[in-house]
Amino acid sequence: MADRVTPMYGSGEADRLPAHDHEVYNAIAQESGFTELRRRYRSFAFPATIAFMAWYILYVVCNNWARDFMNTKVFGNINVALIFGLLQFVSTFVIAYLYARHANKSLDPLATQLREEFDRETGR
Amino acid sequence: MSTAALLPLATTGNRWLTIALFVAVVALTLYITFWASRQSKTAADYYAGGRSFSGFQNGLAVSGDYMSAASFLGISGAIALYGYDGFLYSIGFLVAWLVALLLIAELLRNSGRYTMADQLAYRMRQTPVRTAAATSTIVVSIFYLLAQMVGAGSLVGLLLGVTSATLKNLVIVLVGVLMIIYVTFGGMKGTTWVQIVKAVMLMVGTLLITVLVLIKFGFNLSDLLGAAAERSGKGEAFLQPGLLYGKDLVGKVDFLSLGLALVLGTAGLPHILIRFYTTPTAKAARKSVLWAIGLIGSFYLMTLVLGFGAAALVDTGKGSQIMTSAGNAASPLLAQAVGGGEGTVGGSVLLAVISAVAFATILAVVAGLTLTSASSVAHDLYANVYKKGQASEQAELRVVRIAAFGIGAIAILLAIPAQRLNIAFLVALAFAVAASANLPALLYNLFWKRFNTTGAIFSIYGGLIMAVLLVTFSPVVSGTPMSLFPDADFAWFPLRNPGLISIPFGFLCGIIGTFLGKETHPAERFDELSVRALTGAGAEKAVVH
Repeated sequence: MADRVTPMYGSGEADRLPAHDHEVYNAIAQESGFTELRRRYRSFAFPATIAFMAWYILYVVCNNWARDFMNTKVFGNINVALIFGLLQFVSTFVIAYLYARHANKSLDPLATQLREEFDRETGR
Repeated sequence: MSTAALLPLATTGNRWLTIALFVAVVALTLYITFWASRQSKTAADYYAGGRSFSGFQNGLAVSGDYMSAASFLGISGAIALYGYDGFLYSIGFLVAWLVALLLIAELLRNSGRYTMADQLAYRMRQTPVRTAAATSTIVVSIFYLLAQMVGAGSLVGLLLGVTSATLKNLVIVLVGVLMIIYVTFGGMKGTTWVQIVKAVMLMVGTLLITVLVLIKFGFNLSDLLGAAAERSGKGEAFLQPGLLYGKDLVGKVDFLSLGLALVLGTAGLPHILIRFYTTPTAKAARKSVLWAIGLIGSFYLMTLVLGFGAAALVDTGKGSQIMTSAGNAASPLLAQAVGGGEGTVGGSVLLAVISAVAFATILAVVAGLTLTSASSVAHDLYANVYKKGQASEQAELRVVRIAAFGIGAIAILLAIPAQRLNIAFLVALAFAVAASANLPALLYNLFWKRFNTTGAIFSIYGGLIMAVLLVTFSPVVSGTPMSLFPDADFAWFPLRNPGLISIPFGFLCGIIGTFLGKETHPAERFDELSVRALTGAGAEKAVVH
C-alpha cells in the first residue's frame, strides 16, 4: 500500500486531483479569456513592482549618499528628507489604491467568469 | 530592543491600575479563546479560522500580527533617541506591503491551503519541498518568537515596575503559558480574534496619544519637530539622516542591506502568509492587505508624532529612563506626560492604558508566531512528509496541539537564559531569511514555468544558510562590546544585515538548482497553477457551519 502511494505522492499535491480537473485547468489555460486575464494582471503588477522598488531604493540611497540634498529645508523645520519619507507613504497608498481599482474593474470580472466555467465543467 | 537593566516605570500609585488592566486583557483574550475553541471543529477551522474572516477583520488581524511591541515601543523610542533615522524602519516596513499586495496575497490564497509550503507543494515533489519550507518557516518564526519573548520579559518588567530577575522569569513563563493556551485551544480562529482586539486597542491608544501631543503643538508639525530638535540637544542633526545609520561607508552599505531585507522580507514571513488563508476568497485577501496598508501606514505616521513628541516633552538625555530602556519607555512616558505628568490622575491612567496596549501587543504577536510554527510541524512535517498525506484529520489536529505546546515550552526555556544576551538582531535576521529563502521560492513558483523541486530546495536552503552564516560571522555575533559574544572575535563579514548578499544569493540558487534538476513534471503543472492562482478555480472554500 505504502509503495503504491509514495511515488504518486512524490510528485506534487496537484496529482491528487481527479484527472478531469487537470483537463479543465489546461483547457482554461489555452482560452483567450485567461491569457487576457494574465496579461492584464502582469501588465499592472510587474511595472508597479519595479517602480516602487526603484523609488524606495532611491530614497535609501539618498539617505546614504545625498545628504546635502536631503538636509535642504523646505519650510519651517520640514526638510527634504522628511518629505521624501512621507512621499513613500503617499506612493504606497496610491499604488495600493490604483491596484485595487484595476483589480475590481479589469481582473475580477474575468476571473469570476473563468472560475464559474471551471465549476460548471467539473460539476462543483 | 535592549534587554539591559531597566528602571521601573510604574510608581506605587498606578501600579495596581496597570495590573488591573493587564488582568482585564488576559481575561478578555482567554474568553475569546474558549469561545473560539467551541466553534472550531475541522482542520480548516483550526488552521485557517474556517476561512470565514472578512477582508476588514483579517486586515485588522494582519496589522495586529505585524505591529509588534518592537514597532509600537521600539520605533517611537528610536525616533525619540535618534530623530529622523528612527523613522526609516517604518518606511521599509510599510512599502514592503506592496510586494504582498501585488505579487503574493491573492495568488497564495487561491493556490494553498494552510501553510506556506502548500503553495510550493502543488506542483513540486512534496516530501523535499515541504521539508525545506517547514524548516525555513520554523527557523524564521522561532527567531522572531525568541526576540519577542525576551522583549516581553523586560517590557512587562518595565511597565509593571518589576526589577528582580526572578519576577522577570515569571513574566516570561506567564506570557509563554498564555500563548500556549491561545494557540492550543483557540487555533487560528481564537488567535485571529485576539489579533483583532489587540489591533483595535493599539490603534485607539496610539491615536489618543497622537492627538494629545498634536494639541500641545497646535497641530503644527514644524513646531513639534523644532521643539524635539531643541530639547534633544542635537539641533538640526536630529531632523537629518545620519544619527543612527550610515556613519561610514560600511554603515551606509549596511543600511542599504537592511532596507532591502525590510522591503522584501515581509511578503516571505510565514506568520503573515498564513493569514491570507483565513479569508473566504482572494478578493477578501486583497481587501485585507489594503486595510493592513491603511492601518499600518497610519500607525507608523502616528509613531512619528509619538517619537518626536517624546523627544520634545520627556527627558531623553544621558541616564534618563528613555535612554536606559533603549527607547522602549518613550511611548508610555509620553502618555504619562500628555495625561498631565507624573503623580496626576490623567498621567497615571494614560500610562496604565498604554502599558496594557503594549502587553496585549506582546501576547497577540507571540501567539501568531507559535501557531505558524505548530501548523507547519503538523501539516507539513507530520501529515505530509511523515504520513505521506494519509494522516486522519483527528490525528493531525492532535499533533498540531502537541506541537504548539512543545514549541511554546521550547520558547520559554530558550528565552529565560537569552535575557542576558543582546538578541535584538533576531528580528532583522528573521526578515533577512524570509527575503532570502522564502520569497525567491514563492515568486519563482508563481511566475517561472521551468522552476522545479531542485530549484525550490536550493533557493530555500541556500538563502537560509547564507543569511544565518553571514550573521554568525558578523559584528552582531562577535568582535564588538555590543555583540552576542563580546569576548570573542570571529567577525570577518563587516555588515550587520546580510540581505544585500543573501537575497541575491537565494534567487541565484533557485536558478542554479532549477537548471541542475532534471524534472519536467512541475513545468507541466505550471499552467494549472496559474489558472488556479489567478482565477481561484478549485481553490479552498470557506467552511460552512
